[in-house]
Amino acid sequence: MNFEFSEAHKLSQKMFRDFAENEVKPIADIIDEEERFPEENIPKMAKYGILGIPFPSEFGGQGADNLCYAMAVEELSRVCGTTGVIVSAHTSLCAAPIYEFGTPAQKEKYLIPLAKGEKLGAFGLTEPNAGTDAAAQQTVAVKKDDHYLINGSKIFITNAGYADIYVIMAMTDKSAGTRGISAFILEKDMPGFTIGKKELKLGIRGSATCELIFENVKIPLENLLGQEGKGFKIAMQTLDGGRIGIAAQALGIAQGAIDETIQYVKERKQFGKPISAFQNTQFQLADMQTKVDAARWLVYHAAFLKDKKQSYSKAAAQAKLFASETAMEVTTKAVQLFGGYGYTREYPVERMMRDAKITEIYEGTSEVQKMVIAANILK
Amino acid sequence: MTDIKKYKNILVFVEQREGKIQNVSLELISKAKELSEKNKQQVYTFIPGYKIDETHAKECFRYGADKCFITNDELLKNYTTETYTKVVTNFIDKFKPEAVLFGATTIGRDLAPRVSARIHTGLTADCTSLDIDIESGNLLMTRPAFGGNILATIICPNHRPQMSTVRPGVMTKTIVKETKTIKIEYLNSSLTKDDVNIEILETVKTQSEKKNIEDANILISGGRGLGKKENIELLNNLAIQIGGMLSGSRAIVDNGWIESNYQVGQTGKTVRPEVYFACGISGAIQHIAGMEESELIIAINKNPEAPIFEVSDLGIVGDLNQILPLLTEELKTLKLKKEA
Amino acid sequence: MKIIVCIKQVPDTTEVKIDSKTGTLIREGIPSIINPDDKAGIEAAIQLKEKYDAHITVLCMGPSQAETALKEAYAMGADRVILLSDRAFAGSDTWATSLTLSYAIKKLDYDLIICGRQAIDGDTAQVGPQIAEHLNLPQVSYVTDIEKIDSYLKVKKIFEDGYQIIKIKSPCLITVLKEMNNPRYMTINKIFNICNKQIIENWTINDIDMDANLTGLKASPTQVKKIQTKSVKASGKVHNVEPQEGVKLIIDKLQEKFII
Repeated sequence: MNFEFSEAHKLSQKMFRDFAENEVKPIADIIDEEERFPEENIPKMAKYGILGIPFPSEFGGQGADNLCYAMAVEELSRVCGTTGVIVSAHTSLCAAPIYEFGTPAQKEKYLIPLAKGEKLGAFGLTEPNAGTDAAAQQTVAVKKDDHYLINGSKIFITNAGYADIYVIMAMTDKSAGTRGISAFILEKDMPGFTIGKKELKLGIRGSATCELIFENVKIPLENLLGQEGKGFKIAMQTLDGGRIGIAAQALGIAQGAIDETIQYVKERKQFGKPISAFQNTQFQLADMQTKVDAARWLVYHAAFLKDKKQSYSKAAAQAKLFASETAMEVTTKAVQLFGGYGYTREYPVERMMRDAKITEIYEGTSEVQKMVIAANILK
Repeated sequence: MTDIKKYKNILVFVEQREGKIQNVSLELISKAKELSEKNKQQVYTFIPGYKIDETHAKECFRYGADKCFITNDELLKNYTTETYTKVVTNFIDKFKPEAVLFGATTIGRDLAPRVSARIHTGLTADCTSLDIDIESGNLLMTRPAFGGNILATIICPNHRPQMSTVRPGVMTKTIVKETKTIKIEYLNSSLTKDDVNIEILETVKTQSEKKNIEDANILISGGRGLGKKENIELLNNLAIQIGGMLSGSRAIVDNGWIESNYQVGQTGKTVRPEVYFACGISGAIQHIAGMEESELIIAINKNPEAPIFEVSDLGIVGDLNQILPLLTEELKTLKLKKEA
Repeated sequence: MKIIVCIKQVPDTTEVKIDSKTGTLIREGIPSIINPDDKAGIEAAIQLKEKYDAHITVLCMGPSQAETALKEAYAMGADRVILLSDRAFAGSDTWATSLTLSYAIKKLDYDLIICGRQAIDGDTAQVGPQIAEHLNLPQVSYVTDIEKIDSYLKVKKIFEDGYQIIKIKSPCLITVLKEMNNPRYMTINKIFNICNKQIIENWTINDIDMDANLTGLKASPTQVKKIQTKSVKASGKVHNVEPQEGVKLIIDKLQEKFII
């Protein structure tokens, strides 16, 4: 039982922290304000391997592991929740399923550029009528002689419009229920595939969240990911991995909020003392940090299990459930400790609070996580 | 082993650029004079260059030199490492001074190490004080280390000459009262074109029109606590009102809010004005090293724990955004009252 | 093109504090970093590599913990990393250090040696030029820009009041300043590579054919006679007051000292 990080992980964490501090933090406020996707940081992250951390070098990846990847998302999210989810969605939801289920040809064509960060990835499962009830897919893929024809739409897709490669679920056999769903790899400029409405959101406002529209999109047969009818299983397994990423994002957001708060309460004076001298402030921070540290070990443990190729579905769900709820609680308390100033955009805690909320919802709501955990415990 | 006894007198390498003797050399001549009075040695000055003459020598004598040596050569017109190293080394071999002082300028810091390595002797850089140890006769060279957090006193007991570089502004130049007979000796350089192993393609002056913060009486200095580039104006307004100059810490120079010739500190300049306002400067040791000798230090910082308060004569914990404009206004009002 | 970059691992002296009770330095918990001027040297070398296809060897003289600095250098993009470490080197001043490094460099092929201008703990700026002297190489210090033109280098050397463009022939030595560039970050795969494989070469005094009496404390012409922590100047009063009151105190002080 070793709680010690390897030297490689420590050095990686140092790198992520320096990168986040110098490249991501300076624009975090403005991309939120302008609801702008931080395009300028994508090539920078690609250069240092941040977009392909857990994949082997033969596929253009960095040959590191999921623990290292979780650390990256955490450190980025500490200063910018938007940047954290860009990396998480790209890595866990697009590159990972191609790595886990793709053919050698698919890996060659899609995984390598994704892992190198030359192309950005996205994942489309959610539809207007299929949220938590993900199996109620209405997007349809009809098999023709030499292609599939896809019609339908997806909503709330992260990285939409900026991603070049999309892993999309569609119904290939309506009569077979969840076993009639298949996964496909789509490319940005395929005829008939367009980006629809961009959502205006409460938080992670720099993240591109859009509708995807498929109008008679022809997909080559070789773009079927995995076997026909295995799409739902692929989606669920993919989301298991994605939960580690989102849990790490929530963890980072929470820790970032605490760090800002600690600095503020030492400087802010009321009644002749810095407010850090008051017991309420101290007790609040003690609770906040303890919960975040607990979340941290849940996140790292889930990553550790995945790296060991052990069953990690429950651990990932627990990590996401706990980290996201902690993030919401901690960021809300952070704003409270800042008082009036915390409510203004002069300080980043209000953004962190707005960013935290989505972690309780996407990639499976907290309620879904409870379903996963309970199913695991009660089986 | 070096025969220590054969080495006598203190040599000051006099740095000139385009025929103008640098102030730091004059400061070192004064210091050498002070030291020479302790150990009963003479102060030698050596000026390598081009078209160096009596006028230069006179300046050296004004500040305390006993003897002046000049080497003129067109190959010494512009500083290059090898030509200068060669003539200085030859001088040292011939005249065997027991100590050699260089200004710690870009030239001094390029030349002195090369000379010390060629001769195989010890060099101590950036000395902030020099003294003679009466018992051993050794030069005591004290310098900051560890980012300025400690002071180390270094000796070079078994090798000669004892070499040291000193930063501009650390020693004070003093004109000697007694008149002296001027002893100048011109030496041949024995340099050839082969001694020039680099080629200067272009020389560009960029900052000659800017003023030196070392010459200011009052400095209004800003640090990271200013918050943004626009707040330099707060410092500027006060500087104009009080008749002072702007300066800054490394942090704001790195941020590009102010140019590097205004930087005070370990890797910037050493200043000792009458008044030093430290505004939004936390007081890292590297900065303090460059200004702690100021007569009056007034610090304004919103952090009561800021280390700057440990060296300030007057410390105000508060927001410089409010204090500086109020102070500027108040000074304006007082001035108007006075003139009325 | 073959480049050698000399680096030193130093404590981050911007973080060092003095214990007010004992008057000694608090060294615990101070992170160790690659000396900033040296890090700029690594970045400069990597940029030359990207432009002109070079091989970079990073050489570091220090205790075994300096391995971390070499790991970082490798993860930035160095090809070969060598730790020069031996008990015999302990206590070396700049003369002995530069001599030791030059013995090591003699075992390597090079066109260019890059050193940082000065280390933030010693702050002497001597080792670079002294290495150049031991190896009998032309030198240019305070360089902020490097270009390769056949077997020559065109460098920009800065002075207090301007700069020069200088042509210098290889092999040669230059010293660089941290202001010259923004060093890149480490790449993840290189971090994992250097941490999990034995890539760092460990050289001792035997590997460089150096006599023990040429290095270390005994061979150092300069010696430390005394060390003291800077005496804390007695500070004046600190007032935590409203701005108006603060301004009044300042004005009073200025009048007291006849400044106004």
